[in-house]
Amino acid sequence: MSKRYTGLALAILALLLWSVVYPNVSVVAGSFAHGLRDWRAFLSSPADHEALTNTLIISVASVMASLAIGVPLAFLLTRFEFRGRRLLSVFATLPAALPPLVGVIAFLFLYGESGVVTRGVQQLFGLSRPPWTLTGVWAIVFVHAYTMYVYVFLFVSAGLERYDSSLDEAATGLGASSALTLRRVTLPLLTPAIVGSMLLVFMSALGSFSAPYVFGGGTRVLSTQILVSKLNDSMGMAYVETSVLALTAVAALFALRWIERRRDYAMAGKGRATRIVVQSRGWRVAAPIIAAMAVTFLVLPHAMVVLVSFARDGTWTTQVLPPQYTLDNFRHLATDPDLMQPITNSVSMAAIATAANVVFGLLAAYLLVLTRAPGKKLLGLLVALPWAIPATAIALGLSATFDRNSLASARMLLVGTFWILPFAYFIRNIPLVTNAVEGSLRQMDPTIEDAARGLGASWWLAMRRVVLPAARPGLVAGAMLASVAAVGEFVASIVLYTHANRPISMEILSQLRGLSFGTAAAYSVLLIALVLAITTGARWAEARMA
Amino acid sequence: MSDASGLRLIGVSRRYEGTGRGVEELSLDVRAGELLALIGASGSGKTTTLRMIAGYEPPDGGRIALVDAAGAERDITREPPQRRGFGMVFQHYALFPHMPVLENVAFGLEARGVSRAERRQRAAQALAGVGLADYGSRAVQALSGGEQQRVALARALVIEPHVLLLDEPLSNLDPMLRQTTRDELREMLHRLRITVVFVTHDQEDAFAVADRVAMLCAGRLEQVGTPEALYHAPASHVVARFVGRGALAPARAEGDAALVTIGGVTQRAPLGAAAAGAPQVAVLRPETLAVVDATEPDAWRGTVQTRRFAGDHFVYRVGNIAGASEPLEVMADHGRVAEGDAVGVRLRPHPIALVAAPGAR
Repeated sequence: MSKRYTGLALAILALLLWSVVYPNVSVVAGSFAHGLRDWRAFLSSPADHEALTNTLIISVASVMASLAIGVPLAFLLTRFEFRGRRLLSVFATLPAALPPLVGVIAFLFLYGESGVVTRGVQQLFGLSRPPWTLTGVWAIVFVHAYTMYVYVFLFVSAGLERYDSSLDEAATGLGASSALTLRRVTLPLLTPAIVGSMLLVFMSALGSFSAPYVFGGGTRVLSTQILVSKLNDSMGMAYVETSVLALTAVAALFALRWIERRRDYAMAGKGRATRIVVQSRGWRVAAPIIAAMAVTFLVLPHAMVVLVSFARDGTWTTQVLPPQYTLDNFRHLATDPDLMQPITNSVSMAAIATAANVVFGLLAAYLLVLTRAPGKKLLGLLVALPWAIPATAIALGLSATFDRNSLASARMLLVGTFWILPFAYFIRNIPLVTNAVEGSLRQMDPTIEDAARGLGASWWLAMRRVVLPAARPGLVAGAMLASVAAVGEFVASIVLYTHANRPISMEILSQLRGLSFGTAAAYSVLLIALVLAITTGARWAEARMA
Repeated sequence: MSDASGLRLIGVSRRYEGTGRGVEELSLDVRAGELLALIGASGSGKTTTLRMIAGYEPPDGGRIALVDAAGAERDITREPPQRRGFGMVFQHYALFPHMPVLENVAFGLEARGVSRAERRQRAAQALAGVGLADYGSRAVQALSGGEQQRVALARALVIEPHVLLLDEPLSNLDPMLRQTTRDELREMLHRLRITVVFVTHDQEDAFAVADRVAMLCAGRLEQVGTPEALYHAPASHVVARFVGRGALAPARAEGDAALVTIGGVTQRAPLGAAAAGAPQVAVLRPETLAVVDATEPDAWRGTVQTRRFAGDHFVYRVGNIAGASEPLEVMADHGRVAEGDAVGVRLRPHPIALVAAPGAR
């Protein structure tokens, strides 16, 4: 019995060591290929110095901005009742439904130098020049705040839903003002949620690629520097930059975990908090107006992409809004095989990667939750690793490792083939799917599997009839998250793609460069539609299981 | 605490849309320094009442006031909980899980801007007062249920509250602990001579701790009085049912006698308290009844369904009585009757209370 676990555990560990650890070790080793020469070059390069500083500033500022939006919004929507609350809470998570590159493009269409809002303001006030430019560090932070506050909002909302409101009542009953209650009781108890979401935002901002790449306007960050070095064929430099990026990520992970330590308290009472109905006259008028403005701001990027997708390519030049509309963009996608290719690629690569993730996630979660397999601690660590390492770093590791066939060094030629992208997506999504399945299995009583085995069921039968049904909600949720991430993936793709397997995101980028805004937007709409279809399908499957 | 305040509720209402629950026009006086229990079934509005007194729920109508020793009222209906200066012990205690015991107890003083040294000293004193002198540095998660309850009590008392409010203070304790805690609680609260309102769904807890008991039903006050009054002179069949054991049977008063009729057989006993309303029913407590031989004339005949040994006495549950709507519980000092035996039931010469029958006006 335990032998079977051991075999399975060893196989899974070996796969992780080979696909996750080995490439990253190759990168670090590669950075020392010329002794310390490349590291010295990195340290003395003003460009890299700037990139590192910018990356850190952007990451910290993104965390601050996301907290500043997400925490108050979560309090507002869980603690207060006002007209427009329901609508706002529906739309509050909308930015998360936008694939990263699509969000960036939408912001370009809206707030870029020739964006709708920019030109609108310019015309309204008769300015000779655009009132702002969407470049530099703060433009990147602006986009990050829009997409990443959702993490903070969701984590803190979930924390507040579970929050035992009698703790706040106890504090106020003892004479504490609202401010003191918030500072001494509510916020300290929400620390796990807040720190968890800060970590998520920091990691996403650290590895963010789309925003700096599309409108950095010459703003260097580490992730884009890596690509530049690779394209310049200074691989040593690329390895150093990748190592620095990955080490920063891991350091941040440990630092925040340390802050979070021993801060998770089970809540004893009922979480039920009665929403305070907004009473004052002024707020009763102001609240719906502010909520409507917030909803507009949240919906605008999506609406903009949809609008531009109907714009005739090449006609939108200096006008505020695109002047001519057509269905041609979508017609071309459906009829031109060359334009159809990226869609087929993305869908099939996402499907392959997700299928692999589901099988792997089930086995890994099974080992982690229900067995006493040896090496569980290591397994847990390795499974989480791809989440901690930015996608650019993972991609570079793959390109450094799987560039030739060599049995002696356990290498395979994947770079330049179709398979490199599904492989990269698979690795990237290992933590996502495994975590989701783990969550489901943890709700299952481990003695149930023992009971099934005790009744004479074979390992295979127990797996199929007991473990698999228990894991199914997690599998569905994990598959949904993984396929959504894979179908719109951009960051690893730009490092590893070839013309033959170019995904939708790369095609959007090249259409944008060719100034075919309409076609780029049509692809974006298609991507949003795919994401919607996947999430709706998953919801439907979840509902059917329940 | 000699400056104990009384509490006055005048026509207080609180309705929850669509639930039919809440409190309707509740008027109630809590005297300075008394221990008042609010009892009632779940959904009767007792917790809502407590939360309105504490200031966590605003009443839809009515007034709440503090009454000082001179009888002067101070309206606190719209005062936020922070400013009421009440102490509250929550059902699940609501101890702050991220603070050690002493910090929990000192929190109310911190909120009042008391210096660090003084609040440490006063919190330590309060802890000693509940018998947890050495517990200051412990984590609240490491405490037993009874200890948590005492920490919550110390935390509420350290601010020297006008009024102490307790929400189901005993419901989270195991039965053994409950007995002793109940006695300790009463002893401690009496020593402090503080005004206390506490909510419980358990009539025994209320009787053991309270000076007076207020019973709520469907958001209305059914009766308020001493435990003896509620037991011996219930104001309604609802109170009679909720407080103590016993069956109801059709009856009428005749002079200073109560005439109880079941299945055409009428028996007579001294009349105790009689509530207004007609038709009336008698409250047949187990101690007002006796088992007799099945052949005895003018007894209600039935069979023993269960026989329960209760230490110094037995309780028989006698069913299948012709014309009775429910079995009668009968107390006896002997165990000679077995389950299944045919017996007769007679009224003892023990005062019997009458209340208006269900559905009467």
